[in-house]
Amino acid sequence: MIVVPCPWCGDRNSMEFRAAGESKKRPDVNTATPEQWRTYLYTKSNLADWVTETWYHRAGCRRYFAIERHTVTNEIRTSRLPAAQIRLDESKGS
Amino acid sequence: MDRQVNETSVPSNTRPGKSTAKYPAKYSAFSLIKHGLAKSDWPRAWREHDLKKTYDVVIIGAGIHGLATAYYLATNHGITNIAIVDKGYVGGGGSGRNTSIVRSNYLTPEGVRFYNRSVHLYQDLSADLNFNIMFGQMGHLTLAHNDSSLRTMRWRAEVNKLEGIDSEVIGPDDIKQIVPYMDTSTNTRYPIVGALFHPPGGTVRHDAVNWGYARGADVRGCEIHQNTEVLGITTIGDEVTGVTTNRGQISTKIVVNCTAGWASLINAMVGLKMPIVTHPLQAAVTEPVKKFLNTVVVSGSLHVYVSQTDRGELVFGASTDPYASYSMRGSLEFTEELAGHVLELIPSIAKMRVLRQWAGLCDMTPDFSPIMGFTPVKGYVVDVGWGTYGFKAGPVSGEAMAQLIATQRVPDIISTFDFARFAEGRLVGEKGAAAVGH
Repeated sequence: MIVVPCPWCGDRNSMEFRAAGESKKRPDVNTATPEQWRTYLYTKSNLADWVTETWYHRAGCRRYFAIERHTVTNEIRTSRLPAAQIRLDESKGS
Repeated sequence: MDRQVNETSVPSNTRPGKSTAKYPAKYSAFSLIKHGLAKSDWPRAWREHDLKKTYDVVIIGAGIHGLATAYYLATNHGITNIAIVDKGYVGGGGSGRNTSIVRSNYLTPEGVRFYNRSVHLYQDLSADLNFNIMFGQMGHLTLAHNDSSLRTMRWRAEVNKLEGIDSEVIGPDDIKQIVPYMDTSTNTRYPIVGALFHPPGGTVRHDAVNWGYARGADVRGCEIHQNTEVLGITTIGDEVTGVTTNRGQISTKIVVNCTAGWASLINAMVGLKMPIVTHPLQAAVTEPVKKFLNTVVVSGSLHVYVSQTDRGELVFGASTDPYASYSMRGSLEFTEELAGHVLELIPSIAKMRVLRQWAGLCDMTPDFSPIMGFTPVKGYVVDVGWGTYGFKAGPVSGEAMAQLIATQRVPDIISTFDFARFAEGRLVGEKGAAAVGH
């Protein structure tokens, strides 16, 4: 069992959530080439390490947020930021 | 041991395999009696070697896929200078953790042809390997609990029949005859409305397949290196030159990735990213009871599959855990959910106790089909993306990958499973896979 710290609802059982997968920056739909778009859609890093992921609290607040999780130990080092916020930060940084 | 395997797939320009059947001794009824009377130890089934500096082929992963690839390279193509390296032990990954179900009633024609070849190879495997793999073709039932899954069953049955495979949709009364303990009444939350019945399906003893292939590859001159972890793959330009392991450097022109759940980590060593996400898949086994379940029972809607081993234990599997992970720990949620679903199907086993549970790693692809063949890195070939269907595909994958490596051409049977399909938009969409809920 994983206990997922939801930024709004607190520590909850992972069964209440949907793991939406690795957080990735979505390419600009107007300028992305098919190659970039397919890379965004399909390829995964699938690391055995700390990863930043998007989770959705479907049986709770029904909001998306980002967590940092170690995929070997399932330990969670939360960033407690919504995924949209991370994307915003990334776009400012890039 | 000397029997030529599957003559049809052997290209005419290859030599038949050399056989040195003297070591280890061939298994037979006579050797069983001899060892039984003398109470002497059996010789080890495969040898240990020092790591050489150079190999023709280095296969990463000593599971069923890696070992079968080596075995068929040796038997069908005469290539024996092969190292099979594994960071753990033979069959310690998915090959020893699956629920050992074999079937070919898939949905796509390419999937059906592929898995059917595997069923045929499994049928002859005990004789080919001189190792009893205990293939019981007890029949395979996939239950439908609603109209849409029954529709998928009908679709699958028609595709199967066109490919010449024994597969048909049956109703609740027939199901009750095949599995008398099944609750086929309509007084349940998910009543059973029908099933896809596949008589050639069944189970195999998975460890025996690993050991049989390991022994068969070893006796033909391939080297199995356990506890040999690959730390890196060396390349010059876009070409593979060797492998760095914790026991030293090996130079080779061909590296085969047969690491299933860990495939992405090996791919990263040559800078490749693939559409693979590693999910744990849990399974459990009960205490043994007298044989009462004579078929494999699968329910996609309830996410459960059950079979009874020759020892009498019930083996359960379910769908993959709902998040990516390399952790192989079991969870209580799994056992609870599994118990609920199994009791929905067979209420009379409520008092049976679960002996143990475990997890294996599944390298899931978006279309539930494997990724096999060449990659943009020359000499680096993959046999990955095996998700929840790697065990049943072991023999055919080994055979096809061996042909691909020996002839440097992609065999027809795996041509649609290439890595380029994602870039070119040719996904296979295998909705007959066990992980797909209907």
